[in-house]
Amino acid sequence: MDQFKTTVGQTDPVSIGFFLVFISITLGITYWAAKRTRTTAQYYAAGRGITGFQNGLALAGDYMSAASFLGIAGLVSLKGYDGLIYSVGWLVGWPIIMFLIAEPLRNLGKYTFADVVAYRLKQKPVRISASIGALTTVAFYLIAQMVGAGNLIKLMFGLPYELAVVIVGTIMVAYVLFGGMLATTWVQIIKAGLLLAGATLLVILVLANFNFSPTALFDAAAVKYGDAVLSPGGLISNPWDALSLGLALMFGTAGLPHILMRFYTVPDDKQARKSVFYATGFIGYFYILTTIIGFGAMVMVGQDVISKIDKGGNMAALLLAEVAGGTVFLGFIAAVAFATILAVVSGLTLAGASTLSHDLYVNVVRSGRSSEAEEVKVARIAVLFLGLLAIVLGIVFKGQNVAFMVGLAFAVAASGNFPALLMSMVWKGFTTAGAVASIITGTVLAVVLIVVSPTVWVDIFKYPQAIFPLKNPALISMTAAFVIGIVVSWMTPEQAASEKFEEEKVRTYLGVGAE
Amino acid sequence: MTTKSKLQSVRELPEFRALVRQRWAVSLGLTVAMLCGYFGFILVLAFDKSLLAAKIGEHLTIGIPVGVGIITFAWVLTGIYVWWANRYYDKTVKQIRDRMGV
Repeated sequence: MDQFKTTVGQTDPVSIGFFLVFISITLGITYWAAKRTRTTAQYYAAGRGITGFQNGLALAGDYMSAASFLGIAGLVSLKGYDGLIYSVGWLVGWPIIMFLIAEPLRNLGKYTFADVVAYRLKQKPVRISASIGALTTVAFYLIAQMVGAGNLIKLMFGLPYELAVVIVGTIMVAYVLFGGMLATTWVQIIKAGLLLAGATLLVILVLANFNFSPTALFDAAAVKYGDAVLSPGGLISNPWDALSLGLALMFGTAGLPHILMRFYTVPDDKQARKSVFYATGFIGYFYILTTIIGFGAMVMVGQDVISKIDKGGNMAALLLAEVAGGTVFLGFIAAVAFATILAVVSGLTLAGASTLSHDLYVNVVRSGRSSEAEEVKVARIAVLFLGLLAIVLGIVFKGQNVAFMVGLAFAVAASGNFPALLMSMVWKGFTTAGAVASIITGTVLAVVLIVVSPTVWVDIFKYPQAIFPLKNPALISMTAAFVIGIVVSWMTPEQAASEKFEEEKVRTYLGVGAE
Repeated sequence: MTTKSKLQSVRELPEFRALVRQRWAVSLGLTVAMLCGYFGFILVLAFDKSLLAAKIGEHLTIGIPVGVGIITFAWVLTGIYVWWANRYYDKTVKQIRDRMGV
C-alpha cells in the first residue's frame, strides 16, 4: 500500500466546525431545559415525560461509549473475529434488564435504584450501602471515560491531554448542572442519532467498494490477512475467565446506575419496557455496523497504518472515514466521537449526583425531610463536585492503563448493585442486614479481587504471578453477593419487611401507587 | 372499602396470583433462553473454537453469522417479551385494576 497520509491528529477546521455546531445546539437545548427544570422529578427524571422511543435512543446514547465505537472497531480491524465476540458481550445484558429489572424498577422507585432496594427495608443502612455500590461503579466508569476522552481527543485533534479533559468536564457540567435530566436526555438522543447515522453512512461508503456485499468485504479481509481473521483467535481461552467476564457484562449492564436511572424518565412501566426494546435494537444494530467498520478498516486502511497511529487501533474508524469519505467526513465522524464521550459522562455525572443528593443527603442526612428546592440545590452542588473530581482524576490518571476500570465498573455493578436490587424485588425474606451484607460483599470483593487478579497485579503492578487467577472477578464476587445476601437474611428475619412485601407486590405488578 | 382493604383483596385475587406467576414464567423462560444462547457461544469458544471456524463460503466462517445471530437473537427476545406483555399482561392488569377500583 502507498504511504497513506492522514489528517487524523491535526487540529482540523472541519471537525472543529462540526463540533462547535453540536456544542451550540446542545447548549441551546440546555438553556431551554433549564427553564423547565425546577422540581426534583424534573431535575432527576425529566418530569417523567420522555416517550419509550425517545428513552430507547437516550439509553443507547447513554450506553454506547467512544470505547465501544472506536475501541471495538479498532479491535476488529487488528484482531478480526475476536472483536465481534466482544461486541456480543456488550449487548447481551439488555434483555436481562428487560426481563428482570425494568418494569418493577419503574413501578417501585422514584429516582435511583436505591429507592427500590430500600422500599421496604430500613432506609439509612440500605441507602448508605447502595450508595457505596453506585458511587464505586460511577467513579471507575467515569475515570475510564475521562482518561479515554483525553487520549482520544489528543489523537483526533492534536489538543493537549489536560485541555481535552478540562473541555469535556466543563461542557458536561454545563449540561447536567443547568439542564438536569432533560438536557442530558436530549444530548444523549442527539448523540445516538448522530452516531447511528454516521456509522450507517460509513458502512454504506465502505460496502460501496464491495458491491454492497458484506461477504465480499470479509473475503477481501481473508485474502489480505489470512483466513484466521474470520475465525476466533486467542481472546477466549480459559473457560472460567470467559464465564466470569460474561457474567460481569450480562448482569453488570443491569446494575449500572446511570442506565437504571433512565427508566424513571418515562411515564410508566409500559414505556419502560418499550424503551428497552428500542435500546436493544439500536445498540445491536450499532455493534453489527461496528464489526463491518472494523473489517472495512482492516481492508481499506490496513493493519500496519492503523497500528502505527495507535497501538490499540483506536483510530481505525476515523482513518476509515477519511479513506472512504474524505476529510469532511472524517471531521464529521470525529465530532460524533467527541459528542459520544460527552453524552456518556453526562449520564454518569447525573447518576452520581442523584446518589449523593437523593440517597445520601436527603434520605440519610436529613432523614427524608428536605424540600424539593433544597434537594435540587444539593444535587447541583454534587454535580459541580463530581465534575471537578472527574477533571482532577482524569488528569491524575493520565498515561495510566485504565482499560481494566470499565471491566471493574461492570463487575461492581453485577456484584454490588444487581443482586441486592433483584432480591429486594422478588424475595419476601430479604432483610436490611441481608441487603447491606450483599452490597458490601459484592462491591468490596469485586474491587479487591481485581487488584490481585492478572489484570492489575500482573499487567500494572508487574508482579510475575497473580494471587487470584481470573481476569474478571464477577464469577466469585457476584455469587458471593447472592449467597451472603441469602444467608444473612435467613439469620436476621425482619417481620416488617416481609409483611410489606405483599403490599409491594401490588405496586410492582399492577403499577398501583407508582410515581 | 378503604384503599388498604382493597389492596389486600387484590393480593388475594386468584387472577393476580396467576398474573404474577405467569410474568415470572415468561421472564425466566426468556432469561434462560438468553443465558443459554450467550454462554453456549462462549463455551464453544472456550472448548472448541474450530466449530466456529468452519467455512460456509470461500473464506466466510460460520462464526460470523453466529455472532451477528446472537445479537439479533437478543433483540428478538426483547421483542417477544414486549409482544407478550402488550397483548396479555397489560390487559389482565387493566381488568384487575378496573374490577377492584385501584
